[in-house]
Amino acid sequence: MALPSDLTELTLAQARDAVRSKQVSSRELTAAFLKRMEAARVLNSYVLETPDAALKMADAADKRIASGEARALEGLPLGIKDLYATKGVRTTACSKILENFVPPYESTVTQNLWNAGAVMLGKLNMDEFAMGSSTETSCWGPTVSPWRAKDSTAKIVPGGSSGGSAAAIAAHLCLAATGTDTGGSIRQPCAVSGIAGIKPTYGRCSRWGIVAYASSLDQAGPMGRDVRDCAILLKEMASVDAKDSTSVDLPVPDYEAAVDKGVKGLRIGIPKEYRVDGAPPEIDALWSKGAEWLKSQGAEIVEVSLPHTKYALATYYIIAPAEASSNLARYDGVRYGRRAEGIHDIAELYEKSRAEGFGKEVQRRILIGTYVLSSGYYDAYYLRAQKVRTLIARDFARAFEKCDVLLVPATPGPAFPFGQNEDDPVAMYLNDVFTVTVNLAGLPGMTVPAGLSANGLPLGLQFIGKAFDEETVFRAGRALEVAANFTAKPTEWWKE
Amino acid sequence: MAVDTKTVRRIAKLSKLALDETREAPMVKQLNGILEWVEQLKEVDVEGVQPMTSVVEQRLKMRDDVVADGDKADELMVNAPGGEDHFFVVPKVVE
Repeated sequence: MALPSDLTELTLAQARDAVRSKQVSSRELTAAFLKRMEAARVLNSYVLETPDAALKMADAADKRIASGEARALEGLPLGIKDLYATKGVRTTACSKILENFVPPYESTVTQNLWNAGAVMLGKLNMDEFAMGSSTETSCWGPTVSPWRAKDSTAKIVPGGSSGGSAAAIAAHLCLAATGTDTGGSIRQPCAVSGIAGIKPTYGRCSRWGIVAYASSLDQAGPMGRDVRDCAILLKEMASVDAKDSTSVDLPVPDYEAAVDKGVKGLRIGIPKEYRVDGAPPEIDALWSKGAEWLKSQGAEIVEVSLPHTKYALATYYIIAPAEASSNLARYDGVRYGRRAEGIHDIAELYEKSRAEGFGKEVQRRILIGTYVLSSGYYDAYYLRAQKVRTLIARDFARAFEKCDVLLVPATPGPAFPFGQNEDDPVAMYLNDVFTVTVNLAGLPGMTVPAGLSANGLPLGLQFIGKAFDEETVFRAGRALEVAANFTAKPTEWWKE
Repeated sequence: MAVDTKTVRRIAKLSKLALDETREAPMVKQLNGILEWVEQLKEVDVEGVQPMTSVVEQRLKMRDDVVADGDKADELMVNAPGGEDHFFVVPKVVE
């Protein structure tokens, strides 16, 4: 392969092959990304750049390559969402309450990546504690999407919560990145930023060392420029881990080998309940086009029903805040994190440190979560939501008796301008309408860029697979990616 | 209206969050907005349905009851906002 003059144009797979065949060194590749990051700081996608450590890791990788000991991701520069604890490197979850937190330990997923030879470029912006769909709630300020609508210079959001990861990938500020997905936080920013991302099955990746939001829903996953890059990265991120009792002891398949298997003979389920009132017609049209693309490649299209879909969002916004209120109880201003000044007693210490440290949306979710778990309301809200969750999971199990993978929209529309949903939490929550079902049922879900909206912004489509069948999801994702042939790129306005 | 100012004060207290008075009224409005919207779950027939406890069917793993980690007092104190030697320092708790 002839190398492009700008090394940051390479995909992860291309960079891997180029580094391994010594066409380019990891140092050259890493330096190219560091330079491009510097020129794109106006996007605010990185909350911490680690250039010195990156070059050191790159040099170590080059040594291994020289001695013929290259590992799966040797010398490949990645961005890491700031929710992953990185030893000796500030990790904040983009919350003021953790603004000076430097973990003395490494998350299992990032350790797996370093063990495979990857290079860390820095920590990526996100909504505070991963609560949001726009990256506007970060204590480090919002990330700006590299994309702009047709004939417009207005700044738009990159989606969220993994919005820094999405913007950095779309603007070529890393080869690929890690994300986390509790209600759509990988898939929604990927879809609106024109990139690919997968939330694997719950239990595929260890949650150890990832700042907890809602533990029964949180899952780590890769975000990349295309389906293959995500497959390569997930293989290394996934592992069974004694430190996370919910991580699953199943062999991790060679996902990359599954990517090109095609969809011939696959039964693709189309659940009619994902046609929601008020969604723009272009979303429906894109969905139909996606089904046509797969059909023309030999897949069989099957109508299925997921009757409890319309209750998923309300179920999610009971369960997630309930778990958050419990997880975030640990931030007390005593053992780590921000502590309020001028305090007289211990109750005041807790209450003021938390009020100062947590942002508005986080406080809102803690209060809702506390309410639905409180005495007298537990049965009416939390227990009922967990029962509806069982019904939602059962819907999927029944649908998968008739099909191998589901095709659904990813988001109700393209990315939106800043401040649009600021004082209307429910309107912001509606962004997750097509993604939360997957977290509630613990299934793998992947979004793939599929086209542009009327105003020239990326739109994605989503595949939902059976538990631990990421391979079929990758196959279908790749087939759609080939058919959609999404080649649009943001103009590099930030360089002006 | 599911929650009023008094309820918001109570759950703020339970949540250990200082909520100043100017924020109480908007919070009442926003929480009610959210709670009205989740009311739709009342339509669902959940008779005889077991609540979800785990999305993945697997037995909870057990480990040997032995010390596997520890002796990291120095590391644990690194991020403490108030600490002396190996103690977390807090305001006086008992009068």
